Amino acid sequence: MLNSTNWRKTAEAIAIPIGALLFSLVLFGVFCALAGKNPFEVYGLIYKSAFGNWRAFQGTLLRAAPLMLTALCTALPARLGLMIIGNEGALVIGGLASVMAGLVMSYGSVVPSAEQLKSVSGLPPIFVLLVMALAGIVAGGLWIAAVGALRHYRAVNETISSLLMNYIAIAIMNQLVGGPIKDPGETIKASSYALPDIYRLTNLPSTRIHYGLLYGIIVCAIAYFLIQHTTFGFAARTAGGNVKAARIAGLPVGKLTIIICFLAGSCAGLAGMVEVAAVHGRVNESLVAGYGYTGILVAFVARYNPIACVLVSIVLGGILASGGALQRSLEMPDATALVFQGLVFLVILYSESLYGRLKIFKEPTPKAPVMSPPSTAAPAS
Amino acid sequence: MAAESIGWWGVPLGILAGTLRGSAPFLFVSLGECLTEKSGKINLGLEGTLLMGAMSAYAISYLGSEKWGIPSSISPWLGVLVAGIAGMGMGFIHAWLSQQPKVNDVAVGIAMIIFGSGLAFYLGKPFIQPQAPQLQTFELGGFFTNSPALQSALKISPLFLIGVALAPAMNWFFKSTRPGLFIRAVGDSPDAALAMGVSIKKVRMLCIIAGSFLAGIGGAYLSLVYPGSWTEKISSGQGLMAVALVIFARWNPIQCLWASLFFGGAQAIAPALQAVGIDQGYYLFNAAPYVLTLLIMIITCSPKKTLSGAPGALGTISG
Repeated sequence: MLNSTNWRKTAEAIAIPIGALLFSLVLFGVFCALAGKNPFEVYGLIYKSAFGNWRAFQGTLLRAAPLMLTALCTALPARLGLMIIGNEGALVIGGLASVMAGLVMSYGSVVPSAEQLKSVSGLPPIFVLLVMALAGIVAGGLWIAAVGALRHYRAVNETISSLLMNYIAIAIMNQLVGGPIKDPGETIKASSYALPDIYRLTNLPSTRIHYGLLYGIIVCAIAYFLIQHTTFGFAARTAGGNVKAARIAGLPVGKLTIIICFLAGSCAGLAGMVEVAAVHGRVNESLVAGYGYTGILVAFVARYNPIACVLVSIVLGGILASGGALQRSLEMPDATALVFQGLVFLVILYSESLYGRLKIFKEPTPKAPVMSPPSTAAPAS
Repeated sequence: MAAESIGWWGVPLGILAGTLRGSAPFLFVSLGECLTEKSGKINLGLEGTLLMGAMSAYAISYLGSEKWGIPSSISPWLGVLVAGIAGMGMGFIHAWLSQQPKVNDVAVGIAMIIFGSGLAFYLGKPFIQPQAPQLQTFELGGFFTNSPALQSALKISPLFLIGVALAPAMNWFFKSTRPGLFIRAVGDSPDAALAMGVSIKKVRMLCIIAGSFLAGIGGAYLSLVYPGSWTEKISSGQGLMAVALVIFARWNPIQCLWASLFFGGAQAIAPALQAVGIDQGYYLFNAAPYVLTLLIMIITCSPKKTLSGAPGALGTISG
């Protein structure tokens, strides 16, 4: 089946991102050395606290779960040629909507009274969680679909508008938890009321990994199938390659844009639901943890391939998980993780220019013998 | 007239004061972005550059006066200069990377936001606690009024005045000088520039570096004038809004000035209302600049035609 061109292309698509990741690890080592830390000690600590044993690896997987979902928020529209970075905002809006839905389902109100708090409705947990997931999906989806609609109807640059909407989403969340849906009992941080324990997302048997990881893997698999093996995905990829040609071929570019944006936002919204239902139990500022921004990076490293997003999320999730250990053992500031992400991002972007330029991955041309051009071969003559 | 008796007049006064105090970062970043985009490249990473500028200016101002024995009237200015140089470093990375084949300049901008803010937070960690000497301001209020509220409202930084003077200067530079013509040619039609014998790569490199220098100075204003401290939350997207502001200003430096004043005013609404005791909707009013930016983009952009004044080679924005 595999002819040699395909084989080389696949090897190139795997080798370049891995090479870029390794090179950015080297650069990060140089940065650590400049900061007066032993880079090998840093590498060792990252490995140990991210992948060293089963317990550490569970922490990595916990962080990977929301990452693979937020990554899709950038990866799916990228196939259509759109660069959307509203992941953080869609996550926040999704989390907010699902907590509100969950509170209404359990107590009958977003701001339950003392009596209502005592009587949790007897609805089956699976049903409540399903409604919460739907609320997150729809809210996040509409949030990014608005970006797509603005792009299509008003030609508003989607990168800038989606980034602005992150700030607006966080402001809406802060406004709501600061007043209308505030739990007066929670004094440390303005928060909504907490979801009852029976309606929280549980852990996989005998682990501390919640079901959100499963959600992430399933959604990534669906996204892969949708993009690579359906006519809808084919239409999106065609329009992404050349909008004019797609219009001439009669593809509904506007509809595609808005649908893809809705799907993208719904993935990030689901990530928000997973975070509130499994980790926080309520909505407050802790939801703004940077998963959205790391998700952008995951999408780029994975070259917008949903299956690769799963693997890259685990690698980058592990490095995020080791941030705490770096802070504790080596006294490196928490911004270290951000520096590392920035380095990976820059190197990955540079590696984009290497595709088709590296000799090993080039199809050998049998007709022309390998020979240097005469101008460089014989400068003396 | 005492400060308490101003009452409701405090709101417009607060907004006016906020406009004079808060619009300088918008002004410097938008002028920098204007210069960059005139050459046909977009730099979304100025948010990161702004943070680097804010951090390095504060650090140098503090180290200069505390450790190196430079008088505290001079060390902030040294900080401003170093902020500009730090910005140039960021600009060089952006310029080099965004001109590699197949590399998207918008994506480089996103990466530079992450990298710049990470580096600024990392290096700036030791400087969150100490107090650095601030840039002096002109107390214009003394000429007009004895009211302390008005006097504190009319404190104007020389850095802001430099920015105000820079806008017409840059306009003149684009319209009436040879290098200005080269930049416009590179941005509008690279082929014509090539025929004129202008190196597109070099012009863009210089424009991005100079634009980042200005953005770095905008950052210095944040940490040395207003709000005048170094924290990780010092920039709240000003660098990013400035990119949208340039579209609103139609790539015209003079209009960048008006737009910056407008944005500075919008940013001052929430604090001004809070000062007279209106806490309702504080976060929503705080989001006013973002909503405003979005609304302006919705109104000014159009799918039918490219925007007037847009550099021809600016693929991503003029779409």
